[in-house]
Amino acid sequence: MTQVSIERRPGAPVFPTGFRWRRRSFLPLMAGAAVLVALAALLPLGFVLWVTVQTGWETASALIFRPRVGELLVNTVLLVVLTVPLCAALAVALAWLTERSDLPGARIWSWLAVAPLAVPAFVHSYAWISLVPGLNGLFAAVLVSTIAYSPLLYLPVSAALRRLDPGLEDAAASLGEPPGRVFLRVVLPQLRLALCGGALLVGLHLLAEYGLFAMIRFDTFTTAIIDQFQSTYNGPAANMMAGVLVVCCLSLLWLDALIRGRTRYARIGPGAARQPRLTRLGRMTLPCLLLPIGFAALSLGVPLLTLGQWLAAGGAAIWKLDEIGPALWQTAVFAIAGGAVTTAAAIPMAWLSVRRPGRLQRVLEACNYVVGSLPGVVVALALVTITVRVALPLYQTAATVLLAYLVMFLPRALIGLRASVAQAPVELEQAAASLGRSPGRALWSVTIRLAAPGAAAGMALVALGIANELTATQMLAPNGTRTLATAFWSYSGEIDYAAAAPYALLMILISLPLTWLLYVQSKRSAGR
Amino acid sequence: MSLLELRGVTRRYGAVTAVDRVDLAVPAGSRTAILGPSGSGKSTLLRIIAGFEAPDAGRVALDGRVLADGPAAMPAHLRGIGLVAQDGALFPHLTVAENIGFGLPRRAPHRAERIAELLAMVELDPAMLRRRPDQLSGGQQQRVALARALARRPRLMLLDEPFSALDTGLRASTRKAVSALLEAAGITTIMVTHDQAEALSFADQVAVMRAGRLLQVGSPRELYLRPKDPMIAEFLGEAIILPARLAGGWADCALGRIKVDDGRSGDSRIMLRPEQLVLAEADDPAAGGVPGEVMEIDFAGALCSVTVRLLGAADGAARLLLRRPSLGLPAVGARVRVSVAGGAHVFPGPES
Repeated sequence: MTQVSIERRPGAPVFPTGFRWRRRSFLPLMAGAAVLVALAALLPLGFVLWVTVQTGWETASALIFRPRVGELLVNTVLLVVLTVPLCAALAVALAWLTERSDLPGARIWSWLAVAPLAVPAFVHSYAWISLVPGLNGLFAAVLVSTIAYSPLLYLPVSAALRRLDPGLEDAAASLGEPPGRVFLRVVLPQLRLALCGGALLVGLHLLAEYGLFAMIRFDTFTTAIIDQFQSTYNGPAANMMAGVLVVCCLSLLWLDALIRGRTRYARIGPGAARQPRLTRLGRMTLPCLLLPIGFAALSLGVPLLTLGQWLAAGGAAIWKLDEIGPALWQTAVFAIAGGAVTTAAAIPMAWLSVRRPGRLQRVLEACNYVVGSLPGVVVALALVTITVRVALPLYQTAATVLLAYLVMFLPRALIGLRASVAQAPVELEQAAASLGRSPGRALWSVTIRLAAPGAAAGMALVALGIANELTATQMLAPNGTRTLATAFWSYSGEIDYAAAAPYALLMILISLPLTWLLYVQSKRSAGR
Repeated sequence: MSLLELRGVTRRYGAVTAVDRVDLAVPAGSRTAILGPSGSGKSTLLRIIAGFEAPDAGRVALDGRVLADGPAAMPAHLRGIGLVAQDGALFPHLTVAENIGFGLPRRAPHRAERIAELLAMVELDPAMLRRRPDQLSGGQQQRVALARALARRPRLMLLDEPFSALDTGLRASTRKAVSALLEAAGITTIMVTHDQAEALSFADQVAVMRAGRLLQVGSPRELYLRPKDPMIAEFLGEAIILPARLAGGWADCALGRIKVDDGRSGDSRIMLRPEQLVLAEADDPAAGGVPGEVMEIDFAGALCSVTVRLLGAADGAARLLLRRPSLGLPAVGARVRVSVAGGAHVFPGPES
């Protein structure tokens, strides 16, 4: 047996020669990458500022303070002010019925309240315009967008309602409050955060949506910018309207922060919340059933009915496989490439925000968040101008489109990734390091592996967004690009509704699994 | 006179009978503890009294007024019964002052003074009024919850395991403060708990519940010393249960001849509490009792466990577990004599 001498000569180094004591983690590397991503994300905001300065105050004010902009502002404000409360009321009513009452088939109604998300917004208005051809103006805009977007509020509100501690309602009842007032004084205030988050999301969608409003001929800033862009290409008028739109978005964000406040609404105290008691509807069951039935009929029935009609009317002739095949392929390539790029770009930020939270990280995160809430049209306009003026070879290339997707969908990728990085405790990374892995390899073999499901979910969300994206794709994609959304749009623009139907159907089918995933996740997050 | 009366109260969930024909009378001004392991139905019983559940059968009456008669039940908000839940159930979106004032009408005269007075009653600093519940400790949250429930001057107060979320030290002091306060206010109280020490020290009437039934109701002393069966005996504290032969008020058992509280004759089982056993050195000429040998000593600070094997006993009663002060413990293997102070309790019911 060989004896290994561990005796140390005086003065000899503790470690074998050649070993360099490296305490340096790859924090600088990660921080650098995150800063780069944030800078890329800030391009559109910088563009709006730069273009305003360049235009000069006189021209800018002449372009901003004119009746047309005032008209658009009134339209946009009315749209937001009418639609958001309607969506909120609808979402709260549906959530209460499906979560807190003994409504027959509550689970099915709950899924049907989320399912309209699988139908892209512009397909909703396509369905309505073919059902009621005369539909237009503010009323139509409010109707269709309420139907299309209230699931965005239903999801958080129903999850919050499920998480609420029924003990609080018991406490309020024992203090002499009748059920109706318990709902107003105890339940509703606690839904505030969910309502705020959902309402912000709906508001931002209303500001950013193009297809839905263009089809029913309702003018918002987004539709007006694209009209300008298509007629004058890159005039200062469009850029200035983009500036106003950005201000609108930032105001929404500010309003949300203001209402949200700093209050903590989490359940206090240990122990798990008891299952809530379901309210017996009794004789009110039938009238109450009308709400979910009505909503499902308007939000799912109408698209399915009109789509079915067009498909039947078109017959086999509309299934031009030589067109649909390539469109499907291009959509898939864009969605998968965009999803991968965006998720990869989100890794440094997600890692920083979990492992090294601090001021830098907060600033970077705020940048991504604010820019992610900007409409696609602003992002596209910025990238068009920048590529034309600075980097012409990149104009109308796939790279620019992917950059636009990255800027627009980074927050989606970030949310899922951050949550799952947080689930991989730093101790595991340290354990891997103590077993001889370098920091980079420890990150790869432990954290990234554990975060993979969350990353995949985030990537899928991004891919879904891209698959249904219309505005930026239309403005930035290389000539000859035909995704499902742009093909659908050009057919329906030519009033060839039958030919557009297969594309709409495909978009819905692609979105369904992800919508199901969202639904299941919201159920699980509430512990069921 | 009893303030609250339950008659044959029954509640089923499918095949499970959570509360099974419960009869209970709660005297006005008293403190009653419902003691049972988790799943015994005690919380369901409390929720029936509070009005969050309706019984399938049976009557609940408060001060002669019927609150529930079978499924026809008065809703909770009309009953005027106070409730303090396990975790306090403070409204997280309201300040302490708003929580305490929740049940007071908004335009009630002297509302602010009343809130301050209630806060003082539960011995909290007035500076707390503007805090949020999540800025309070667990004990403070419980006190605010109590003040909130007291605001409406309820005649009956329900406490649902109110101290179980607190640390051991805080638990005893909060319990003392709460029971003193409720006694001073003259409010009849029902507490639900699974902690026997808590029930015995808090209440003047204890009801032991298991599998939906009330097994025995009585004063803490009576329940501790004269339980109906071995199960209740062991639930209320450590018990030494020995087979014995009864004759004329005396029992013959492994520990010799002991006075009992029963005049019956024949074979039965008797119960002793460990603190009744006295250990003496074997060579002490004055000591009576039976000889034994120390098998094991488990040191645990102030009170230590001593396992003694009785030398002259049959196998079934050969080992006794005693609690002794850590000072002057015998050594393992030492010969001792074990004698009994006071009488033993004979379980009623059929003789085994």
